Amino acid sequence: MSKTVNVYFFGKKYEVPDDLTIMAAMEYAGYRLVRGCGCRGGFCGACATVYRIKGDKGIKTCLACQTKVENDMYIASLPFFPLDKQVYDIEKLGTDEKVMMRLYPEIYACIGCNACTKSCPQNLNVMQYIAYAQRGDYAKCAELSFDCVMCGICSSRCPAGISHPQVAELARRLNGRYLMPECGHLKRTVARVQNGEYEKELEELLCKSEEELTNLYNNRDIEE
Amino acid sequence: MYTEELTIKAAAAAAKREENIKKSVPRMTAEEKNELLAAYHPDHNKDQSKTVLIGKNKGDKVPSELWTLLHSKSRISGADIGAEPEISAEVLVIGGGGAGAAAAIEAARAGAKTVLVTKLRLGDANTMMAEGGIQAADKDNDSPVRHFIDAYGGGHYAAKKELLKKLVCEAPEAIMWLSKLGVEFDKTSDGEMITTHGGGTSRKRMHACKDYSGAEIMRTLRDEVLNLGVTVTDFTAAAEILLDGDGKAAGAALVNMETGKIFTAEAKTVIIATGGIGRLHCQGFPTSNHYGATADGLVMAYRAGAKLIYADTLQYHPTGAAYPGQIYGALVTEKVRSLGAKLVNADGEIFVHPLETRDTVSAAIIRECKERGKGVDTDLGCGVWLDTPMIDMINGEGTTEKRIPAMLRMYERCGIDIRKEPVLVYPTLHYQNGGIDISPDCSVTGIENLYAAGEVTGGIHGRNRLMGNSLLDVIVFGRTAGISAAEKSKTAKHGKPSSDHICRYEKELEKAGIDTGAVSPAFLPDYTGRK
Ligand SMILES: Cc1cc2nc3c(=O)[nH]c(=O)nc-3n(C[C@H](O)[C@H](O)[C@H](O)COP(=O)(O)OP(=O)(O)OC[C@H]3O[C@@H](n4cnc5c(N)ncnc54)[C@H](O)[C@@H]3O)c2cc1C
Ligand code: FES
Repeated sequence: MSKTVNVYFFGKKYEVPDDLTIMAAMEYAGYRLVRGCGCRGGFCGACATVYRIKGDKGIKTCLACQTKVENDMYIASLPFFPLDKQVYDIEKLGTDEKVMMRLYPEIYACIGCNACTKSCPQNLNVMQYIAYAQRGDYAKCAELSFDCVMCGICSSRCPAGISHPQVAELARRLNGRYLMPECGHLKRTVARVQNGEYEKELEELLCKSEEELTNLYNNRDIEE
Repeated sequence: MYTEELTIKAAAAAAKREENIKKSVPRMTAEEKNELLAAYHPDHNKDQSKTVLIGKNKGDKVPSELWTLLHSKSRISGADIGAEPEISAEVLVIGGGGAGAAAAIEAARAGAKTVLVTKLRLGDANTMMAEGGIQAADKDNDSPVRHFIDAYGGGHYAAKKELLKKLVCEAPEAIMWLSKLGVEFDKTSDGEMITTHGGGTSRKRMHACKDYSGAEIMRTLRDEVLNLGVTVTDFTAAAEILLDGDGKAAGAALVNMETGKIFTAEAKTVIIATGGIGRLHCQGFPTSNHYGATADGLVMAYRAGAKLIYADTLQYHPTGAAYPGQIYGALVTEKVRSLGAKLVNADGEIFVHPLETRDTVSAAIIRECKERGKGVDTDLGCGVWLDTPMIDMINGEGTTEKRIPAMLRMYERCGIDIRKEPVLVYPTLHYQNGGIDISPDCSVTGIENLYAAGEVTGGIHGRNRLMGNSLLDVIVFGRTAGISAAEKSKTAKHGKPSSDHICRYEKELEKAGIDTGAVSPAFLPDYTGRK
């Protein structure tokens, strides 16, 4: 049997079972969530949450769907934070340093406080990926930011007003579009499809009886 | 963190690990599979489905939870929707997941005035959660023909062939399209895609972006939707499709999720891309799905006169987390098995080939727990071990961290290191195999100006979808819906949007003496007060 703990949602006290996530505990307490809840699985970043344990000096951050309640948690959700997303045409961007300078110049105002990194619920090295973006090393920025769920907590803590998740999104797209090696076999297959090379075989397949198809399926060879 | 008791039980899996890694289990014969499915797959549980009483699917069986929604009153019943529409579009996209975003991108690129409304935020969707990957036959030892056979057989020979043909033929192009948008697929240094098997594939054609495949695709699509200037209206749910006097789609009735206000959109063409059904918790199963997966699109389309196909087949993913409580029902990606982890019972014995199709593996796990008494009991229920430490033992240290970081993190947050300890799993409600009946151009059968794409549709996958074919479906058919709707919007004409068909539907309900006491679509599950 689970025990209960006291938690405070927006300052108001509730007693909840101690094995629930913050999100489930809010629901247990009677909240019907509309904002602050998306995937419920740690992928969408809708449930950004800030909390403090009574008596502790530090502010902590987490995803409410991924974090268990603790006794004396003072909890506030951050279902929206105004990030700045620049609009661009990916086909017209190069990959030199100037791209970031033009679209997100505020990254150069980073004062190195590292509050972003300390606040990331995914434990990413946010300040470091911003440093890579400043240097125009988009591949590195993409690599370090890959697990970002774009919850925006980092930006809420940033004195320079940087929209880290958007910077990282741009870096990843540049990396995927321009910097990662092109795929030869993909190109070849797309060409083969376009030339109609599979058309005849597929049409024949479509005309086969259920029995023939069943045979084909049951006797197909499977790659080790 | 495992309790002391579970730690002791996990030792049974550890004791046989070396031996189990070497052991190869045979795949089941077709007869063995059929028998297993008939006895243990939840779809075959006859008490849990009901016969539809009105509409196009009259006489067909559907899961009871869906039955209730289909036979309930409309949310906008009696509301005045006659006022001037607040939104006017050439292409109205309903749903901000992968299919909706792909459709919006193509519609906007084609020059149509495109509006996307979505219930939560753009990207709060099942697409965001896909971990394992996306199929495409793009390697030299593979071909779309093979892909077709795998999917057709895996779907129990029930797929609509022309839809499946389109899926497999356009798969390589879909991967190319995503790459050009900047999606970072796992590749070797010379550009070769790193691919693995999924359940039921005969070639390694699962492309992935670590185990954030859906997230990487979804956030890229979202970024592009915004770049293209599509009007995105979030926290806005569609409650009904509106039709004109001739029965053509002419817009939608919308509800502001925060204020409850009902308003209307008028549109030349409408695309339904509202995704799946998991949050209905059919048969009491937990689910891997996002918060808004409540079958809204099926209900709306059905009232408007669409036909549903294979609405009785749901996919229970074999490996939902069965422990601890905080992640109960969450998905443990199939990629864990693709990378070599096997399923073992309480005695540490392998009881099924890990890469049989999903329905087969799920049924085998249920049999192990319910009939054979070889499951592992916890205070939450029963499960079997998915022996994750095998992954690094087979592929080398660091593989888990590199290839499935999201899984590692999810369990780390629960105090479990999946590199050292196995995890407990049990089937979780995952995917709606069937849905709205469409043509290859994504038009909804029988309703002009109405289109549908993604998980809300049926027929592409037959009665069981293979891993990686859904993300693919979302891109291939999402794009097609956008292109078709944009093209149609150039010539489409319609009269005044109205909800008369809703009144007629409700009259029929009344005539048949049905009163569920509920309204639908459901929009969101209600978890208030739930332990
Ligand atoms: C945990 C998980 C892992 C998966 N892994 C894989 C995988 O590895 N490979 C694979 O191929 N597939 C996978 N799938 C399946 C696949 O991700 C989905 O089937 C697919 O992404 C569905 O896309 P969609 O756009 O149709 O629906 P969704 O992505 O769910 O989008 C639907 C959108 O519509 C919105 N909506 C719903 N109702 C309304 C309404 N009334 N009004 C307005 N908006 C509404 C929803 O909120 C949502 O934003 C996985 C699914 C899950 C849940
Ligand atoms: S709800 Fe999506 S990350 Fe928590």
